[in-house]
Order: sequence, then structure tokens, then C-alpha cells
Amino acid sequence: MPLSAEERREIEAEFPRYPTRRAVCIDAMKIVQRHRGWISDESLEDIAQLLEMSLDELDGVATFYNLLFRKPVGRHVVLLCDSVSCWIMGYDRLRERLCSKLGARLGETTADGRFTLLPIVCLGACDHAPAMMVDEDLHRDLDPEKAEQALENYK
Amino acid sequence: MADLVSHPDEVKVVSRRFGQGAANLDRYLELDGYKAVQKALSIGPDAVINEMKASNLRGRGGAGFPTGMKWSFVPKQAPKPKYVLCNGDESEPGTCKDRLILEHDPHSVIEGVVVAGIAVGSHTGYIYIRGEYRYLSEIMQKALADAYARGFLGKNIFGSGYDFDVYWHGGAGAYEVGEESALMESLEGKRGVPRIRPPFPAVVGLWGGPTVINNVETLASVPHIMLGGGEWYASLGTPKNGGTRLFCLSGHVAKPGVYELPLGYNLKKMIFEVGGGIRDGNKLKAVTPGGSSTPVLKADECDVGMDFDQLMKAGSMLGSGGVVVLDDTTCMVKYLQRIMMFYQHESCGWCIPCREGTDWLKKTLNRFHAGGGVEKDIGNIQYLAENMLGRTFCPLGDAAAMPAISIVKKYRNEFEDHLNGRPCPLEAKALEAVPA
Amino acid sequence: MPDVNITVDGKKLAVPAGTLLIEACKSVGIEVPSFCYYPGLSLQGACRMCLVKIEKMPKLQTACTTVVTEGMVVSTEIDEVRQARKAMLELLLANHPLDCPVCDAGGECELQDMTFSYGAAESKLIDIKNHKDEQQWSPVVYFDRPRCIMCYRCVRICGEGMDVWALGTANRGSAQLIMPNHSDYLECEECGMCIDICPVGALTSGAYRYKTRPWEMKHVGTVCTHCADGCKTTLGVRRSPTGMQIVRGDNRDKSGINGDFLCIKGRYAFDFASHDHRIQQPLIRREGRHVPASYDQAYEHIALRLKEIREQHGGHAIGVIGSTRTSNEESYLLQKFARLLLGTNNIDHHRTADFPSFAGALARKKDATASMRDVFNAPAILLIGNDPTEQHPLLAWQIRNNVRLHRARLYVVNSSPIKLRRQAASFTQIPAGSEPQLAAFLAGDDSAANALASGEITREALAALRDKLRGEPNLIIIFGSELRGSSIDSLVRFGAAISGAKFVCLGDYANSRGAADMGLYPDLLPGYVPVGSGARFHEEWGAPVPTEPGMNLLQMVDAAKAGRLKALYIVGANPVARYNLDPFALSKTFIVAHDMFLTETALLAEVILPAANAYEKSGTFTNTCGDLQLLKKAGDITTVKSDFEMLLRVADRLGFDLRQLVPFRQAERADLGQSRGAQSGEADRHAIWLEAHGLEPKLSPFDPIAMLDEIQRLVPGYDVSRVELLAGNDQHTSIEAGVASSIASQPELILPANDTLFTSGTLGRYSRTLNSVIENPRRAPADKADREVVV
Repeated sequence: MPLSAEERREIEAEFPRYPTRRAVCIDAMKIVQRHRGWISDESLEDIAQLLEMSLDELDGVATFYNLLFRKPVGRHVVLLCDSVSCWIMGYDRLRERLCSKLGARLGETTADGRFTLLPIVCLGACDHAPAMMVDEDLHRDLDPEKAEQALENYK
Repeated sequence: MADLVSHPDEVKVVSRRFGQGAANLDRYLELDGYKAVQKALSIGPDAVINEMKASNLRGRGGAGFPTGMKWSFVPKQAPKPKYVLCNGDESEPGTCKDRLILEHDPHSVIEGVVVAGIAVGSHTGYIYIRGEYRYLSEIMQKALADAYARGFLGKNIFGSGYDFDVYWHGGAGAYEVGEESALMESLEGKRGVPRIRPPFPAVVGLWGGPTVINNVETLASVPHIMLGGGEWYASLGTPKNGGTRLFCLSGHVAKPGVYELPLGYNLKKMIFEVGGGIRDGNKLKAVTPGGSSTPVLKADECDVGMDFDQLMKAGSMLGSGGVVVLDDTTCMVKYLQRIMMFYQHESCGWCIPCREGTDWLKKTLNRFHAGGGVEKDIGNIQYLAENMLGRTFCPLGDAAAMPAISIVKKYRNEFEDHLNGRPCPLEAKALEAVPA
Repeated sequence: MPDVNITVDGKKLAVPAGTLLIEACKSVGIEVPSFCYYPGLSLQGACRMCLVKIEKMPKLQTACTTVVTEGMVVSTEIDEVRQARKAMLELLLANHPLDCPVCDAGGECELQDMTFSYGAAESKLIDIKNHKDEQQWSPVVYFDRPRCIMCYRCVRICGEGMDVWALGTANRGSAQLIMPNHSDYLECEECGMCIDICPVGALTSGAYRYKTRPWEMKHVGTVCTHCADGCKTTLGVRRSPTGMQIVRGDNRDKSGINGDFLCIKGRYAFDFASHDHRIQQPLIRREGRHVPASYDQAYEHIALRLKEIREQHGGHAIGVIGSTRTSNEESYLLQKFARLLLGTNNIDHHRTADFPSFAGALARKKDATASMRDVFNAPAILLIGNDPTEQHPLLAWQIRNNVRLHRARLYVVNSSPIKLRRQAASFTQIPAGSEPQLAAFLAGDDSAANALASGEITREALAALRDKLRGEPNLIIIFGSELRGSSIDSLVRFGAAISGAKFVCLGDYANSRGAADMGLYPDLLPGYVPVGSGARFHEEWGAPVPTEPGMNLLQMVDAAKAGRLKALYIVGANPVARYNLDPFALSKTFIVAHDMFLTETALLAEVILPAANAYEKSGTFTNTCGDLQLLKKAGDITTVKSDFEMLLRVADRLGFDLRQLVPFRQAERADLGQSRGAQSGEADRHAIWLEAHGLEPKLSPFDPIAMLDEIQRLVPGYDVSRVELLAGNDQHTSIEAGVASSIASQPELILPANDTLFTSGTLGRYSRTLNSVIENPRRAPADKADREVVV
């Protein structure tokens, strides 16, 4: 599926802010990801073409960043912080609960395609550890019950 | 998310407007907003830089380089456009101060960027915010739009004839990008791998133009220095360590949170008075004083002033101000394993010692903590870390090596307790406590 | 700038300001190890092997990124530095598989060597190494990720050096890897430079992998036999039942004009030599069928027929067609054979450039040809016509890297948007076929601009270009076969007004220039001397030779058709395919062919002699720039013989005194007993010196060096240093004809090869590697289409 008119418009809106087109590439991939959940080879090709980059160059960038997904993900992405402050404040219990609740291990998508559970490095919420992000939302001061409850709002 | 903490010892400078609704431009203006920019425009670049030098402000990102000096390195004449780049890729585990600034006082960051621009003769600024802070994007975007709408940004700002644009740029998740040259690569749409220096960014930076790169907290301090004066700011801290700083107190303290305290504030006091002591009546075991990369301090080493120089003397670093407090239920082997997991994951892979060293250390620590350790592992962890230290392409290798060296040195007994198939003693204890 | 004084390991030295510390150390023989540092490529600072101690700096510093400063005091051998190197190797080996016994790079691996020098034999790792399966990226490139040490040399040589940018990096940290442009396969120029430059066995060659061990090969440095650029290639040779087999080509010897460069043909396309279709014994046509014969039978048959024809019809009834891929000595011998022995000037070859006109024009400007090395160092280059990226890969490399490393200004004028425009300071696209008008315009004929100006290319722009070029001293002017005859004269006239300007005339095939220089023309003796003015040749040869010009190739074919040409002696050429000749035109002619394969031309021959190729013989080649280089025989194939030998054997059968053909007794004798008894390096050195001084006895007429003696004596411009030549160094010859007007150039006979990167005339058809790349289903169809395959 080629870039939609909307995607293209959003990407092109970024152009005036930078002296080069390629500076937009991370934004462009985020835009496509917001619309489609992830960045397929085809999307990558379309973006590369629009930004006048080579495919491997763009893929090199795509595979460098944690939040750009080159594989399909569920409707909602759960990012569970596993860095030090969250770990000492109960990450392990949180993970165990979420994994068993969702029936998915870290890195996996639930059978119903609702959630993809991913580990993430420090979310900068150390003062309210442990924390997780679901899509755009940060959830803090969690315990297994609160985490489980939080997921209920994502259908 | 305005669940702010406070303590009487706090000296509120950067956090002055927290909780006051300052993200709203009108409210910000009531709180002396955008006066610093106007002052900078009236006194001119040289005076701004002198004020910055007088403030003894040192970079809040971790390295602690004097900000005024950094700005003075930018050449007055340059064939290519100059840039100001705000480093909001706050990713060091244990650090969460920039998040609060961006949330509560976005205009102060914008204002800091503009003042820096005036000081070095730039007309374009970028505020790079890490990808994980997606929820702050709306706040910053609105702040920028408001500032443009009032003519505080764009052409002829405040009718001065000076043009200045500020753009927001979101990252996509990479700790390495917090390194300033990698940050520029990332902003240019490349893999976030650091550049060879020299040339330094002040001479050859973004798209080849001279570039000032400062941390969010550093830039948010700038308007206050402009208005209060460099000398005033310097007087808040200890010699050569001007001002206050946001400390992110996390871990096993009763009252975790971000506190603004003068530089040089005693760590023990910070934990036991400001942070309300150790939770659940447990005992203090260790502290990581400046983000996960800094060497840990044992409980008996915590009677130390929190500034760049005193912590250096104590064998650690002030780093990013992320104070992680560990109580006596914490397994130090596992703690190091979590730290190493982070650096192994975030190593960009460019140079051998960091790429291979963090990977090797992670593998060893995983196995070691799981009960597969052998005696030579302990020496090996130390050997690998010592041979990474100071030899990597950028400081990420050091960041991984320093905690490893300090933890193995200071908690060797805990490593020995894990040896020869024995499970983690602290985890075993925790399991015993769980009712069947 | 004044030199900078530094101290390294107690040695004081002065080096030019701006020198990198690693190079400064090298200049006094101190080796600082490194993987990622590679001269001529961008700096990385990634491998951390070159860490050294610099006084007043708390941390060790990378010598590859440090520029020397006055008073710098450096230590490279202290314990701290040695420990850093050792640890770096331990870290590298953590995930590097120790499959050295089966790794192609084993024995030639920089990681092995460094571990031997600095490393620890004992591994501290007890965990499982990271693994990823090997990938095949193209017919010739394989990637073994676990072996990769991430030095990024391949990425840089491909991008910066080749301007192909087919390799990049993906992922991060320990998962980082080198990625080809189509994520799991590679679409590129298949030059294989990434393989050669890989310090370990991460990138291996599809043509060579798992075939042998490096120490089982003999390494022979010779000249590539494909295009006309003359790259030095090192052949890895192994004994085989038929004598020898070439198993590898590479450029491990960087002393050649090509430095680091080799293209796909130089690296892989030696494999035509072991193709199954190679003719293994002489063939004589009896009753319409080619039947095997002995060499003696074949020579006898040829001699009998030629003698008969010469006696009955005279020498003018015999024609000779020479080769663009035989050695200078063979071409020289062939024209001497034709003129002296057969008594004919009917001699020609497949012309791909108008070298005679070039020689004639150069009468205006002595010593004005540029060498291939000059192209890398010139401050400015004008390229008219041709597409060097496809047809002259080395020339393209030299131009590209001159622009990149020396900031040379490149001016490209072409009818197509050729790839080198990407390096050009100015690119001027002119209508196809208007190159002659351009030459005229440059030479001052303003009216010629009418044919050139169109669209963005205005008359003003053209005039500005001309003015700019006139202000480029030491400009090198390179032109393709689009320019012929008087156009070359115009261009040289234009260049003559520019101080220090030099020229390169681009022909195709490995020894086209040699064929031209050696006089494979009906009207020109060697050195472009008209047949009527060859007094010194006649004197040397001691017998009368015809002084009237003979027939050119197409005239010979017409004469054959008309029954006037009775015999045609063809050495290593395929005119039937090249000139698209009607085979029936030659049906009445007695044809002899020396060839490796049963080509369209060889099939018409009555006698076919199986020929050795350039890798199986000694002699010299002259590249298109005029650089003379030594061919070194990789080894003998028992079933074939060199053209040189076969021609002499035929001459012998014709009853000719071989001493008249090859001056093999003219050198003095020297006692070589002692030096031959010494170890081989010394013996080689002595032999080179003796030969260079004419002291090596040429006891055999079959020694091509004996022919080289005569060439150097008689052919203008070939009087170069013999010591240098025999030591394997390139020597630039000059064109010294000085008789511009009397040479009749025949531009209509010039037929450029139009080879691509993946074709090489008839030879290319017999290269499995080239064919595998052309037929690779994973190449994009669009790309295939624009690379028209001409065989």
C-alpha cells in the first residue's frame, strides 16, 4: 500500500523545519507507524523514495531506534520499563503478572492481536516507579493489580 | 501529572514555576516569563556570555562542562548557519528531571534556547525530546505555537530585528543519542552514532554549522541567571559548582521525587531528611548518586556533598542527578546485571570495547546471578570493565564500566555468595518469606 | 607549512603538519595496529586498536584520529598500550568464531596476525557466542556475520571508493551488522573490493571460497586481460592435472597502477581459462569436419598452404589479423612475420580507438600523454564521451578518488548522464554524435556551438566552459572513441594551448594500445611509422619489406569475397562476430586461427591452433594510457602454446631463419651459476638486474624478452627503464610519431567494444562468474535492461 495522501501530507509538513529531507526520516517513519502500527518493507521503500534516501540507509536508521517497529505489532503496545529504578521497585512481579494475564512473553503479541508486550529502557518516571507505557500513555506507581486494571481500558 | 513533592531545604530556581500552570503562556508571563530574552537582546551577546561564565553553571546532562565557556567557543563569523540544540534525550536510568521541566515549564526551555541563540549569533534552535516522552509533545508544541503567535519567536522577535526559530524534534528511542554528537546525527536523520571529535560541535556541528548543545535543565536555568545575575546564581552552590540542581530521588526512599537543592547538598541528608529515609524501616545499602552510570557509594560513603568536585573525590560522579537509593533487600549482583542489560541494549555497536564488552558482561552476569557463576567470573567482570574504561569511542562504554568496577570492588562478598550453583541469597530469602 | 616535531618511543621525527599520528609512526617504521583505519578512507576510530599514550593526556588516544601537534610525546609500546591492544583482541574474539581452520581468510587474516602479535592465547569467555547464519548476497559475495569485526572498511570502500553505496549498517550494539542494499541481497557493481578489504573472513568470494588454503597457492602478479586499463592482478595458482589452475584473483599487491582497485573482471573473470569449451589440441578441417591433429601436423599443413599461396599469388594474397589481447611481443612478431616473411602489408586488427590520429595529432605536443597514475593526481580532468564506470572501471576509480581525495575538478561532457557526473564540477550534456563539434568548438570554431547548444546548454554556457578549461593548467583531457580523425587533431590543438595539458585516448581490450603501437596496421609500422618511411626497421630486419600500404580488415574481407585474398592468418581475434561479417565471404579463403575457443571466426578456419591466454604467458602489455607493464606467466597448461611460440614454429616450417625474426643471440653471456644457486628471492633479483642490463643470455628464440629488446630499440617511445619494468613496475611510454599529416586514419574501421562491467568481448562469454552475475535472478529487471549485454 503506497503512502496515503494524509501520511504524505504529514511528512511533507515537516520539510520546512530542516535544511535536508533526510532529517525528516525518523519523523516520517513515526508518522507511518502511527497510521499503520508498524513499518513494512513497502512503507520503508516509499519513505526512502520520498526522502531521496537509499533503502538500506533508511533501514539502518529504522533498526537503530527502539520505538520504530519493523515487525507487525498488536493494536496496543505495552512498554514495560526494566531499568534500575523500576526493577528495584517491583518490575519482576509486574512482568510476571502481565505475561500470565496476557498469555504472552516479552516481545510477543497476544493471540487476539490486542497487545504486544515489549520491554523498554528507562521511561524517565523513576520517581514513580515502576512504570509502563501503553501506546501514548504513561502509567506510574504501578503494582500488578493496577497494571492489570490499566490494560482494561485498551480494547 | 502534577503530583509534585517538596521539602523546606529546596531552593527553587528551575522548579520555581512547577505546579503554577506556567505551561500556559499568560501565566508564564506573569511569572517573569520572556524577560530574560528581552534582557539578552538589550545587553548583547558578549554580556550574556559573561553573565553565564559568572554563574559557574555547569552542564546538567552529566559531563558538567561550564556552559559559558561552551558558548564562547562558537566562532563569531561562520560560513554556515549556527544552531542551538537542546538535548532532551534524557535516558540515563534513574533520571527524570527534564520530564518535569518540559511538563511544568516548557517556556523556560524555549527561552533558554533563544538566549543561547542570541549569545552565539544563531537564528535556529531545535528542541530534541526523547521518543519515550511522547506525552510531552503536545505541551511543547502548544508552547511553541503560543510563543510564535505572540511574536516571541520567528521574525523580528520582540521587535528587536532579530530572527529566531525554534523547532520541536522527537526522538525514537536510543540512549546513545543523548551523547551530543550522536544527537546531531539523529537530528540529521541518521543512525545515532557519535562523531569523531575534534572538530567539536561548537565549530562543526549540525549540518556542518557551529552548534551549541545543552541539556534541558541547563537551558531552563539560563533565564533565571539572566534575570538574577550570574553572581547570584553562583552563590547558591559551592565554589566552581554554581547554582542548584534537580535531584531525582528514586528507589527505596519513603518520598521519592524530584527535588531542587543547592549544589553541594549532603547526600545522607538528602536521603534521610528530604527523601524521608528508607522505606519500610529497612537499612540503607548503597546509592547510585548520578544516574546508573556513576559508581555506587556504600552506605558509609554517603556523607558527601553533592557537587561535581566532592563526588569526584569520593570516587563517584554527580552525573545527571539521578539518585537511586538501594536498601538492604537489594541484590547487588542483580542490580549490576540490570544496569549491564541496559547498556548492552543501548550500546550503538560502533566500537569494539563497548559493543563486545557490554555483551560479554551481560552474558556473564545473567549466568552468574542465575547460579551458573564460577570463581574466575568475578575477576573477569572486573577485568573486562577495567579494559573498557577510557578506551571506548564515546562515554557509553565508561558508563557501563564504572558501575561494574565499583560494584565488584565494593560488594565482592555478594558475588562470592552466588558462586557454585547457589541461588541468589536475597532472592532465596524473599521466597522464604512468601507464604505457601 | 613547516614540519611538526614529535617524539615517538624516544625517536624524534619531523612530519608535515596535518599528518595523522598513525602515519607519522609508520614513517619511522613503528607499526601501530589497526583494523578500521585504512589510508584513503574516512576515519572511524571504531576498532580502538591504535590506542597510544600521549603525554599530558589522561586517557589513551587513537593514533588514527589524532593529528600531530608540535612537541607531542608518544609511547606506543608501554605496558598500558600493550594491555589495551590485548584486551581489545580478547573482546573481539569473544563473539568471533574460531573456525580459522576452515575460514577462507585463515593464513591471511589480520585478526589472526594481530592475535599472534598482541593477543592472548587463552580465552576468558565461557558463555555461548552469538551466532547468525551465513548469507549469500550475490553470486560472488557471501557474508558471515559472526566473523565480522565491524571495521566498516567494506562500507567505506563501496561508498566512498566505488560511489556505489551498496553496504550499510543495521541494528545496534552486539546485534549490529553490515547490511546489503536489498536487506538480504546485494545489487551492485560486484567489484569484490569489500571482500579484498575485509581484514577477516566475514566477506568471502563466491568464486574462491572453500577451494584451497592460501599457502597452497603460488601468487603471481600480472596484468588483467580484460579492459584496456591494465590493472595489476595477483593470481592465486594451484597445480592441476593439466598443469595449473587459477583459483583466485585479487589485488593483494597494491603496488600496481590500480592501488586498491580491481573490478569484477580482474578479480573473478580469469575463469574463462578453465572453461570446458577450451580447445585442447590443434584441429585441421578434413572433409568439412575439424579433426584433432598433432602440433607438427598442423604447422606442416599451415606452412605448406602458405608457401604455396605466396609462391603462386604473391604476399598480397595473404592477410593477417592480429589481436587486442596478445602481448606486445606477439603483436610485434606478428607484423614482422607478415611483412618480412609473408611479404604483405595486409595486416590489421579490431580497432577500438583512433590511435593513429592521436599519434599524428600529438606531433604538436611532445610528451603529452597522461599515465593512469597521472589521472589520480591531476588538478583537473576533462572527460569527453565514453562511460568509464562501465568501460574503464580503473580510470573511473582514479578520477573519482582524485576528486574525493585531492579535490580535483572534473568536467564531464557526454551525450548521456553517465555516473561520473556525480563527481563532476560541471556536467554538460550534448546531443548524441555531436562530440566532434565539441572538439571543434573547443579548438576555437564558434560556429560548432550550433550543434551543441540546446536547453540549458546555451552558447554562453559552452563558452564559459571553454574559458574555464583554458584556465586549468595541467588539465588531463580524456576522450572516448566518439572522437576520431580530425576531431582528435582539434582537441589536441585546444589542449596544446593549455600549459601542461595531457591526453588519454580510450580504447577497449587489454592490449589495444599495444596492438596499435606495435603496428598492426596496413599502413603503419610499429610506433606509427608509415610503411614507406621504415628505413630503420628495414635495416634491422636485413631484408626488403613491402613499402606500399596493404589492405585494411574490411578491404581484406572484400578481397576474399572476390577471390583475391587467398589466405587469412588470424591470431586471437573474432572479426566475424565483431564486424558482423558474412561467413560465406571467407569460404574460399585458407584460414588459420589461433584461439582458445571455437569462435564464429575460428569455426571458419582450416587449421586451428589452441592458444594460451595472457595469464599463461610472459611478455608486456600497454594500457590505453600508454603504461607498459610486465605480464607474468601464472603457469603452463600442457595442451596449449603461446601465440609467440606457435608463430615461430610456423615460421620455422616455412624455412625461415628464426634469428632474423627474434634477435635471440644478441645478448652477451654471463655466468649465472652462483646466483641461480642462491635462494629464490636473490636469484629473482639477480635475474631482473641481468636481464635489464642485457646480460641474461637469450638462448632461446621463444623468450619474448628477446623480442622486447628489439621493440625497445626500434619503437619510438618504448625506451623505458628495463629494471623497473622487469621488477613489475609500470613504465609510461610516449608516442613520438611526429608525422601527423601523412597518416591515413580510417575512422570507419573503429568499432568500440561497448562492454559493460559484466561483459568482456568474446572472453566474457566463457566466464562462469560474469555469466552468473548477468543471469542473477535477483538483479532488478530495470537494471538489466539498461545494461545491454554485448558479447
